[in-house]
Order: sequence, then C-alpha cells, then structure tokens
Amino acid sequence: MISVSMTVNGKAVSAKIDPRTLLVQFLRENLLLTGTHVGCDTSQCGACVVHVDGKAIKSCTTLAATCDGASVVTIEGLAHDGALHPMQEAFRENHGLQCGFCTPGMIMSAIDIVNRKGHDLDEHTIREELEGNICRCTGYHNIVKSVAAGAHAMAPK
Amino acid sequence: MYAFAYQRPTTVRQVQSALGKHDDAKLLAGGQTLLPTMKQRLASPSAVIDLGHVAGLSAIEKKGRNIVIGAMVRHADVATSDLVREAIPALAALAGGIGDPAVRNRGTIGGSVANNDPSADYPAALLALGATIVTNKRKIAADDFFQGMFTTALDDGEIITKVSFPVPAKAAYVKFPNPASRYAMVGVFVSKKGSDVKVAVTGASNEGVFRAAGLEAALKAKFNAKAVEGVAVDGSNFISDIHGTADYRANLVNVMTKRAVTKALGK
Amino acid sequence: MSATGIGAPVRRKEDFRFITGKGQYTDDINRPGQTHAAFLRSPHAHATIKKLDISQAQQAEGVIAVLTGDDLAKDGIGGLICGWMIHSKDGSPMKAGSHPALAQGKVRYVGDHIAVVIAETLSQARDAVEKIHVDYELLKPVIDMAHATDSGSPVIHDVSPNNQVYDWHLGDKGATESAFAKAKHVTRLDIVNNRLIPNAMEPRAAIGDYDSGQDAFTLYTTSQNPHVARLVLSAFIGIAPEHKLRVIAPDVGGGFGSKIFIYAEETVCVWAAKKVGRPVKWTGDRTEAFLADAHGRDHITHAEMAMDDKGHILGLRVKTKANLGAYLSTFSSCVPTYLYAPLLSGQYNIPAIYVEVEGLYTNTAPVDAYRGAGRPEATFVIERMVEVAAREMGQDPAAFRRRNFIKSFPHQTPVIMAYDTGNYGASMDLALEMADYKNFGKRKRDSAKKGMLRGIGFSAYIEACGIAPSAAVGSLGAGVGLWESAEVRVNPVGTVEVLTGSHSHGQGHETTFAQLVSDRLGISIDQVAIVHGDTDKVQFGMGTYGSRSGAVGMSAISKALDKVVAKAKKVAAYALEASEGDIEFKDGRFSVAGTDRSLAFGEVALQAYIAHKFSGQELEPGLKEGAFYDPTNFTFPSGVHICELEIDPDTGVTRIDRWTAVDDFGNIINPMIVEGQVHGGIAQGVGQALLEGAHYDANGQLVTASYMDYCMPRADDLPSFDIGMTTTPCTTNPLGIKGCGEAGAIAAPPAVINAITDALGHEQIAMPASPQAVWRAAQKSLHKLAAE
Repeated sequence: MISVSMTVNGKAVSAKIDPRTLLVQFLRENLLLTGTHVGCDTSQCGACVVHVDGKAIKSCTTLAATCDGASVVTIEGLAHDGALHPMQEAFRENHGLQCGFCTPGMIMSAIDIVNRKGHDLDEHTIREELEGNICRCTGYHNIVKSVAAGAHAMAPK
Repeated sequence: MYAFAYQRPTTVRQVQSALGKHDDAKLLAGGQTLLPTMKQRLASPSAVIDLGHVAGLSAIEKKGRNIVIGAMVRHADVATSDLVREAIPALAALAGGIGDPAVRNRGTIGGSVANNDPSADYPAALLALGATIVTNKRKIAADDFFQGMFTTALDDGEIITKVSFPVPAKAAYVKFPNPASRYAMVGVFVSKKGSDVKVAVTGASNEGVFRAAGLEAALKAKFNAKAVEGVAVDGSNFISDIHGTADYRANLVNVMTKRAVTKALGK
Repeated sequence: MSATGIGAPVRRKEDFRFITGKGQYTDDINRPGQTHAAFLRSPHAHATIKKLDISQAQQAEGVIAVLTGDDLAKDGIGGLICGWMIHSKDGSPMKAGSHPALAQGKVRYVGDHIAVVIAETLSQARDAVEKIHVDYELLKPVIDMAHATDSGSPVIHDVSPNNQVYDWHLGDKGATESAFAKAKHVTRLDIVNNRLIPNAMEPRAAIGDYDSGQDAFTLYTTSQNPHVARLVLSAFIGIAPEHKLRVIAPDVGGGFGSKIFIYAEETVCVWAAKKVGRPVKWTGDRTEAFLADAHGRDHITHAEMAMDDKGHILGLRVKTKANLGAYLSTFSSCVPTYLYAPLLSGQYNIPAIYVEVEGLYTNTAPVDAYRGAGRPEATFVIERMVEVAAREMGQDPAAFRRRNFIKSFPHQTPVIMAYDTGNYGASMDLALEMADYKNFGKRKRDSAKKGMLRGIGFSAYIEACGIAPSAAVGSLGAGVGLWESAEVRVNPVGTVEVLTGSHSHGQGHETTFAQLVSDRLGISIDQVAIVHGDTDKVQFGMGTYGSRSGAVGMSAISKALDKVVAKAKKVAAYALEASEGDIEFKDGRFSVAGTDRSLAFGEVALQAYIAHKFSGQELEPGLKEGAFYDPTNFTFPSGVHICELEIDPDTGVTRIDRWTAVDDFGNIINPMIVEGQVHGGIAQGVGQALLEGAHYDANGQLVTASYMDYCMPRADDLPSFDIGMTTTPCTTNPLGIKGCGEAGAIAAPPAVINAITDALGHEQIAMPASPQAVWRAAQKSLHKLAAE
C-alpha cells in the first residue's frame, strides 16, 4: 500500500491505496464520486475523462499514484453554489445527452476543448477534438451543438 | 492489472538504480500504452518506476540548429510549443495528431520512442528528420535506434532523456488512421534538407518504422508529388489485417507520400 | 400547445442528474458487505471440458467461493431460455439446445461462461480466475454459417444434428412463382447483413443481494425490461418465486436491444448472493461486452424481384440464412422470422412474396435483437433490391419507388402486416426538396473535377413498431403478451406519480411521459414523477424495445389518465354540488357548465382524499387508477432518407456530405427528443454501413473484441443531419403515435450503400464499406470507366 494525497474538486483528500489503483477507481471507489465512468478497456471511449491540473486526461489510463499532489476536477466539481457550469447547461439546453453515461466525460472534454481552442468553435473543429469520446446514443449531432453553445457561453462577458 | 511495486525516483541516477533492483521493472512515462497493456493483464512488471517526478526530462529547447525535446515532454506540449511550431511545424502537427486530446495530455515522446509501436507516429518523425536519441549512456542515431516492431537499440537500464531534431528545410507528416483504433495504418513523414530527402513510413510494415528508399530516390530527383506517382512500394513484408491488406497499405504509402510532399511544399 | 404539453420541445427532466454526475447506474451502487464476481470464460470456440480444477482458485487470497455449472445443477437452477417458439415448414418445433448459465461439460463460443470466482475485491477475483485449471478437449468449431449445415459439420447441440434451429417460411410460394413467370425483368442480388456488436456505452452489470430474514432476493441490473427479467428468473430459471425476487434496473446507460435479454451473469450473481450470504457484484468490462453481449444482424440472403415492363413490382422471393450463434438468446428466434419477413413488402404494393429463413447455430456469441431487430435486415433487402431494379431498368430510383408506393390504406401485405395509414409520397416529396435532388448532377460533376466520386442513395423504409398486439404475437409463437401497464397516482396536493412498465435508458420517458400528464391534467411537468425500473414499485410491465414505449406505454398511461379524470369529475361534482354530467374539465380546472364555479385539479385531488363531501356514498376515496393497454395493431412509422457522399478513390475514404431524413412518426410528444432518436439511429445505421462489423477468425476467436478493431462511429465520421417530418397519425392507438426509436438505424444502411454503389457505378460492395473495401471497389470502377 502507498499513500496518495491530492485535491479533488477543491477538497484535500488522502488515502492508502494499492499501487495498481487507477485514478478512476480512486475516484469511484475511495471517494464515491461515481459520475466518472468506465466504458472501455483501451483508453478510447472517454467516459472517464477528468481534469488533472487543468488538463483533460483519461482517468482509466492514469494511476492514482501518479496524481499525488495534483488537483483533480471531476464532473461533480463543475457546478458551484447550485449554478451549473455553462457547458453543463449547454448540454441540457441542446439535448446533448440521452442515456447520460458518456456525458460526464463528454462535458469534461468539451471544457478542455474550449480551454485550448477558444470560444468560437466551428463544427469541424469540435468533431475532430471529440475523437477521444464515444457516444452511442446521440449521433453526436446535438453534442456538437452543445459544445459550440457551451463554448460561447463560457466566454468572458 | 497484476500487483506491482511503485517507485517514484526524482533523478535519472535513481531511476537507473531502481531498474537495477527489480528484475522486470517497467518505466512509466505517460502510461498511455503501458497501462492499457497492464490492465489487460498482458504485462506483469514487478515494479513500475514513475518518471513523472524525475528532474531534467521535461524541457523543449533550441540548441544550435537542433530542437531538443525532453523525454517526458507530453505530446500536447510539443504540439503547442512555439519553438517547435516555428522550427519544425511538421513535428508539432504530428504531435497534435497522436491519439486524442486526453491521450496527448499524458503521452510522452520518450515513452512513444522507447516503445516503438509499429503504428506509432513519432518514430516516423525521428527517422525522417535524422534525429538523435539521447540516453543516460550515449547518443543513438534514429537510423540505428529503431530495430523492428517493439524493438530498439536501448540496453537494459538505459533511459531515454531527450531527443534532438535537426531542423529541416521542408517537412510534412500525413497519416491514414486505422478507422477503429485511430493509430496510423500508414503514416509517412517526408523531410528535405539541402539535397537530402528522407521518407519514413510507420504503421505499414511488420518490421516497424522504416525508410522508403525508392520513394527517397524519386524525391531526390524531383521533390514534388508527381515524382512519386508510379513508384512501386514493396509491400511484401507489410501488415495484413482486417483493416487493410498489404497491397492496400502499399497503395496508401504511395498516396500518403504524395500528400506529404504536397503539404511540405506548402501547397 | 402548452409550454410543457404534447408537442413542446421540453428540456429533459432527467438531465440534471446526468450532467452533474449524479446518475445512478448499476455499477454506481454498492451494497454493504458486497463481494466481487469475475467469470472464467472459454478461450475456445468449441470444446468439451474434461476436467475443471478449482482447488487452487479456492485457496487464493480473498476468495469466498468458486462456483461452477455443477453447483447450479445441484441447486436445481435452470438454463437460460428463448421465449419465442418458431415452427419449421414441416411443423416441427425449433431445436433449442440447453443453455446453462455456467457450462456443463461443454463450451460453445469464446466467452462462454465456465465458472465464477467471488472474492473480497475485484482484483482478487480476477487473480483467482487465472488459477482455475481446465482440461479441454478441443472440437472443430463451426464459424461460417454458410457451411453450418454441411454434412460432416461438427454438432454444436445434440438436439440439432445439422446445426439448424429451424427452417421457416412465410408467404405464398405458388403465387410468387406465378408472378415471376409473368415477369419482364428480374433483379437478383446476394446480400450480406453484417454482424454487429451493440456497444451501449455502459457495460452490463449486476448486483445480487439476498436478505435471509425475508428469504428474498434483490437484483440490480442493467435491464431494459426488469419485469421480464424477474419473470424469467422466477418461472423458468427458478431463482425464487416472483414475490421473493425484486429486480431493479436503475439508470441504464443505453441498451439498443442488448439489455433486453436475461444473461448468465445476472443469473449467477443473484443465485450466488444466497450461497455466499453476501451481495455479489459483477461489472462487465468492454472486452466481456464484445465477447458475451448478444450480437445483432448477421444474415446472408439471396433475393429476387420480378417486375413488369413498366417497372411495377410483381413479386419478391427471399432466401435467408440467419446466424443465431451458439445458444438461443431470450428473443433471438423471432428476430430473423417474425420481425423480419413481415416487413419485406416495404412501402410497396407487392402482390406476392415468399420468404424462407434458416436459423443456424454457430460457435459464436448468441445473436439477438439489436436496434431495429429484423426490420433493418428487411429494409436493407427491399431497399437495395428496389434501387438496383430501378438502375437495371434505367429508371430514376425515386420515380421507381413512387410508382410502386402503396397509396390507399388500410393495406394488407402478403406477409401478415396490415398497414393502417401512411403517405409515402409526401415523405418522398419533402426529402427530394430538402436534399436538393435536382442539382445533384451538378454536384457530382463538381466532385469529379476534384477526382472524387459522388453518389446519392435512397432508403424508403417502413418498420413495424408499437410491439405488439398480444393475440397476434401469441399466434406467432411468443411466450408472452406485449401489452403495457400504467398506474397514475394522484397525491392529495395534486402532484402525480406515474408508474410505468416501460423502461427508460436514454429515451427521456421522465420528460415525455410527464408531458402527456401535463397536457391531460393541466399541471406542470414539475408536479409529475415517472416511476419505472423497479418490480416492487410497478406491478408489471413489458419494458422498452421495439419503439413501443410511446405507442404502447403512453397509451396505457393515457387510458389510466382517462380513468383518473372520470373519477375526478365525480369528486368534483360532489365538491361543487353539481351533477356529474355538468362537470367540464379543461386546462386543469373542473367547472360547472354555464357557471363560474370551478376547482383546480389539485383542489379536486384533495377532495378525493379528504372524502368529506361524498363519505357514505358509492364513490371510493382516493385518486389512483391503473390500466393495461394491449394494442390492436402494430404501428408503421415510415420515411425517406437520402444520403449523399463523396468517395476518395485513392484511399477509399467515404465522406458523407449530406443526410436528409424525412420521417413520419405520426403524432409527436417532444420533437427535440424525437430528433435526437433519429440522429442516434442514423449514426448506428451509418456505423453498420461504413464502420462496424464483428469478425471471427476461422478458429472462432473474435478479432474485433475491443475499440482497437471494432470501429465505433465517432464525431468526425458523421455529418450533421437535416431532419424533416411529415405527419399521418397512427389510427390504432389513442395518441396517434407510431414510434421513432429505431427508424434511423433501419433507414440508414441501404441509403449509404445505395449512395456508394451509385458513386461506384457497380453493385459490388459489402458492409461495412470500409476504406479498404471501397478502395478495392473503386479500382473496379476506374477500370470500367477507362474501358468505356
């Protein structure tokens, strides 16, 4: 067992874990933050995307041990004081989800896209940038709309 | 995943000593290949040595006429580095097309190069740009480094610390991604420096990344897309799988080369 | 139309929990004292088990139990069942081989379940699985269904010595032969409908829990139909009687058919919970999903269509081999028979049809319903045939279709179905206009200038939804009726709980069902809760599949709402001291006709519960009504999809440039949700046509067992879609709803392939039309062009 400490959604956490614990397991099993999902074994579906030190990563392909000292944000950490993050709001407003299983990873990736590519995103860019997130329900049509709308809404007013 | 011991050294010397202490230790760089392999129980290292805290492996520098990239530099950082984008835009573009955005935020150049996956992108860049791989022990020319699928010139206990790229006059990388995995089914990196032209191909061959002599000769004669037309690509040792037979991959090598040349010429 | 009533694009009520990470999927649930299960699966496609040694695994760290097929047998736990009896041409019943939840002496596909390890942690369970030693005697596998019945083929189930499950037919053979005798042109085509793996993003999972105090089981599972799961687990598998078994399907992350079925894993988890005296949790990983979820499609077909000299269709002859895999899954037998052949008339007036279907065993994963289930296979046959026939006869494919459209309704097809209504010409007109069909030639020339091949393809699909009239399916062999139930509970303050036997796993029932209530009772959707997915809460239901939840599930709610309103009128009459006949209900208020006396819905609800005004009268207190709705016919959604695409002949890459979808779903509750269903369906259909295909090698190893090799549609594989609607309401249910869940997946594959073959100028391309396949086919086109 090894010790890890990190900040998750603004709160300091630490635990003794088996070194083979993946970040997603640490979040789901140790912290009961079950909004982050696992949809594949090969780092392709993106249901597990969270932010580590401000960057989107696949928590199913990251050891919790390597996040020692890091700041992690999950889907549960986006809304503040009851107010949804603009990207969450955009997914709801544009029907960017159906079964909801890929949605947390989609939203975390979408915010990362905006952080890297800005607030004015064309359809082509959004589709390319979503390469690491698979959705089986929506055909992506409304996800693309959601990301574009969310990007605009995230722009400083 | 099988159980393992976790080590977190902070210097290359400590890494070396940790490697010496465990029989089948694995170095963990970005982990984007190693961890999926371990999750599938296809690898069972006794120890995992995390390079994430090792000093001196994360810089991108311009040294003379070379761009030098630390082994732990993430793909996303190469893709967005002003230095790289200015000096070797093709390399920045290649890094920006590896995996997906989340993978690029973790995966590293050192990990990719050391693994030498036959479908990885970086090895094509190293070969075509005539890069030098710097380890804790020596410097190895790319031509000597890649020795076939998942095989490199690295000795036991040898650790890549950086990769040095000479700046070309013109270069471009074009890949044809496998429709399912999005790894390169064929990726062609073309570079030109003076009269020298190098063409490196990844994804296609059972022997891993290689330089395509026939295409290089044709492009040395005339550096344009037309020169490649009709140049036969020997697919006899190419990969054949459900996504592409050897002859299809051979065709793609030709087509991707043409497109890379056109791109290198800025057309 | 009110802001939250029928027809309003209401934002979904369920979304808040999903976008904030508060959804409750099965794997998110943890029971106190929970253990973890891992399965040993067969690495071989076909083998007998000579020896199974679990002793080392039993001793491994953290292991609580290792259970095998022998333990199941000792406990009298029955095998998995197939609930739809199909009879062969000769009247003999289908040959259903036994399907134990853990192998009993033999394994029949890679991924077949042999044993389960239950341990303190998942890692320990997986470690111990590797310590089970199995001595296999390998048998030659049957992989290629085309040769499954060859003499000398290995026998998969003793009950079927030639690996045939049934040899079934439908239609009038003699009339069809006469039609072909009169034909001026016959179109012939060999068609493969590729095998797909459903890939809902949430892998299947189950938690079995046993309460020894109550002697009762609870199963949390990723199910589209928890009541049917309980029925099968109780009545057939024998876990426990129904009143001692509660099945809960919480939030479910997509299903597409694959979560209809009752699988080995949930059976084992719930059974094992009692054996180990602790909750047992299993969560599949993606590899297990690839290996052991029921796959879809997998037909090979030869079809022939007869036309007169003008291009009127005279007859259709279809012969299909359907791969059912190694075991019959819960509903597999009906998919290539009654969900397939009755749809082969398409939107067309075809006087004579004869269909033969052979169901076959192979050493591959079981094949069952996947989005569309039989109807995509039928639509692919008829829409490819029609397109090719038009081309062969030198006719415009749109005009050819229009010539043969059914134009008067009701229409009895020669293959069971009686279409109640439709307006196929209207969908075609709108689709042609939206797709700018008239300027296609110019776009094709522009593409050619860039060296690209452009093609356009049509698909005028029909499907049978609203599954299904119980008497009808009963006469065809179904073991269950396919009605739906609903209960509407009005609380004293006027808020409403609707208990439904439908199950939502992405469809948005919490919103659309609430819209119906809002519309009928004049209350806000915020005052309505939809309760589903728990057999202890909802009395019974048949679940969600076959685009049935709107047409059947909501019709049941509608019936219950009628009863609620009728009773509430009686209550209002007492409360307002008027005669019942004078009470009018409108916009949420009960009023006495011709007066200004009225009560809001909530006030009447309160009166119903305090019962002061009618105490001692015949009227009972309370306001709660239930209904069962059994449809009188299938519903028949239809439409026209047009795909326009460009092929790069150098690489074979196909890029979809435009997608026009015009659908007729009858009346629509929430157009936003309906469009979303269409988008998702098209994506799966495009996936089938261009990207997806399960591939077993000759030894029966699944080559496409991860996203590395099974190509899932990603955002950059697809365009945005142009969606249009025409509306001819269904005439056989109270809401005029037809259903929309499967339309896209049914319509899309032939549209894509018709467009590709249009671009290529020949018909030789199979699904998935991968870059490699299209490149090869394009080389033929280029040679052909050069020769001309």
